[in-house]
Amino acid sequence: MTDAKAATDATAAPGPPVGADEPAVRVVELTKDYPGGVRALEGVTFDVPAGQLTTLIGPSGCGKTTTLKIVAGLIPATAGQVIVDGRRVTGPGPERAFVFQDFALLPWANVLRNVAFGLELRGVPRAEREATAREFIAKTNLTGFEHHYPHQLSGGMRQRVGLARALAVDADILLMDEPFASVDEQIRRAFQEDLLRLLSDARKTVMFVTHSIEEAVYVSDQIVILTRGPGRVSNAVRPEIARDGSPDEIRRSRGYLDAVEEIWGELRSYVEQDMQAPQQTGVAS
Amino acid sequence: MTGGGLAAPAAGAAGRPSAWGGWPPATRTWLLRAGSIVAVLALWELGGRIPVSLTFPSFTATAAAFAGMLADGTFLRAYSETGGPLLVGVGLTAIGGVAAGLVMGLSPKAEWLGVPLFVILQAAPSAAIIPLITFIYGIGFAAKVFAVVLLSTPVIVLNSYRGIRNTPVSLIEMSEAFLASRWQRIWKVILPAASGLIFAGLRLGLAQGFTGAILAELLITPTGVGDLITFYRSQAEYDHMYASILSIILVASVSITLLQRLEGVLFRPELRSP
Repeated sequence: MTDAKAATDATAAPGPPVGADEPAVRVVELTKDYPGGVRALEGVTFDVPAGQLTTLIGPSGCGKTTTLKIVAGLIPATAGQVIVDGRRVTGPGPERAFVFQDFALLPWANVLRNVAFGLELRGVPRAEREATAREFIAKTNLTGFEHHYPHQLSGGMRQRVGLARALAVDADILLMDEPFASVDEQIRRAFQEDLLRLLSDARKTVMFVTHSIEEAVYVSDQIVILTRGPGRVSNAVRPEIARDGSPDEIRRSRGYLDAVEEIWGELRSYVEQDMQAPQQTGVAS
Repeated sequence: MTGGGLAAPAAGAAGRPSAWGGWPPATRTWLLRAGSIVAVLALWELGGRIPVSLTFPSFTATAAAFAGMLADGTFLRAYSETGGPLLVGVGLTAIGGVAAGLVMGLSPKAEWLGVPLFVILQAAPSAAIIPLITFIYGIGFAAKVFAVVLLSTPVIVLNSYRGIRNTPVSLIEMSEAFLASRWQRIWKVILPAASGLIFAGLRLGLAQGFTGAILAELLITPTGVGDLITFYRSQAEYDHMYASILSIILVASVSITLLQRLEGVLFRPELRSP
């Protein structure tokens, strides 16, 4: 965090007291204009319930990642605000951790140091932060690779390092930007289950960006559908899925299939637009 | 002549598969390297024996002169003379140049102001400016240092600047998301990410610094290694002259390799791991 951001963070006005039903993140009338007059987002409003997983889904260019980065405090909004735990977001904060689509690992640091990097930046003593890092290395099934460098790992393993780094700082809110986009489909499914298992233990609030409808429905409590040009919230879907079944049972359940169908119904008009204008990228599912 | 010429390749072709197959890869690489060096030295020896020119000594004569100059302390004296300004000059430029590159890489204003200046300095024929140094700095230590700085600065500054500008945006965002302070971001993310280009600049800068020091000794003050070259040329002792030039190449290569090792130790441990 820069000094300027730190100063504004300290003076952020406290909001109303946080009640039991208070959402962890409130996104209110968010608008984002990029230089050159491109409007990426317009009036985006939704709540992220505490302790739940909320997915942002939508066609390419609908501002999913932009929204997530504004929530993270990495880029400023043109108008509107993000409220986290009753405080307006003006920069990154210790209660939010980010998992990057391209992993963003330090190539010159081994797995142990990468996982501990968030704690290193906070000035946690070496022995302590490495003990914490080893704990999350074990939870993400990376034991034995502590002294490997990122270039020696597969894409799936690199993203597990990114996830372990975000978990190690013990933030309440995890922000995940298409974390499985660069991973094989088979590994992706195993990952989704690992993620659900890790989160059920930890009771984190998660905001998850994806372009896969199946992934969104499989992992989410709530799915926010964004539309394009500029990005707006078109709908929020809460899939009615019994989570106690096996992964296969969940993927065959009525609630799962209904939710996939409902989201596809919302998004298909954009695919049809893209088919008529083939130079643009379509929505992947 | 013809018989020998035919026999040698035939023997080579017959012997190669069994001979190469028996060696482990590391030994094979080593043999190839040693072989190529021997081949070049043999050609040199041949060129000196023909002789190609009266001013071109054979390798053995040069090596003998080299050993003699090493033994009687000529090299030691010359390099202690040349080494001082070189180390001071390259040291100053390394610190100042990397700092300037850092500022230009981080601040758009400094970039706007500084980059064109160093691009022009890099394109300028610095060797032509070196004799002018005497008007300001005379013919002493400071003049040599200035020559080293003049030649090594542009490449060190511009490489550092490019390295810092090319820090992956996602690493910067990552350091912000995990609450790095400004100095943590520079020290733990930007500098290691840029270290490849910074050290490439330092290696080139060191090579340029050698050129600057030798040029100053040739053009301004006849001292040190540059003076050895001038002196032996004027005495027509070409074997000693070539030995002096060879020593510059050796010293420059060794110091540049050492600098490469230093980068690995300081910033890039992953490049040393298997």
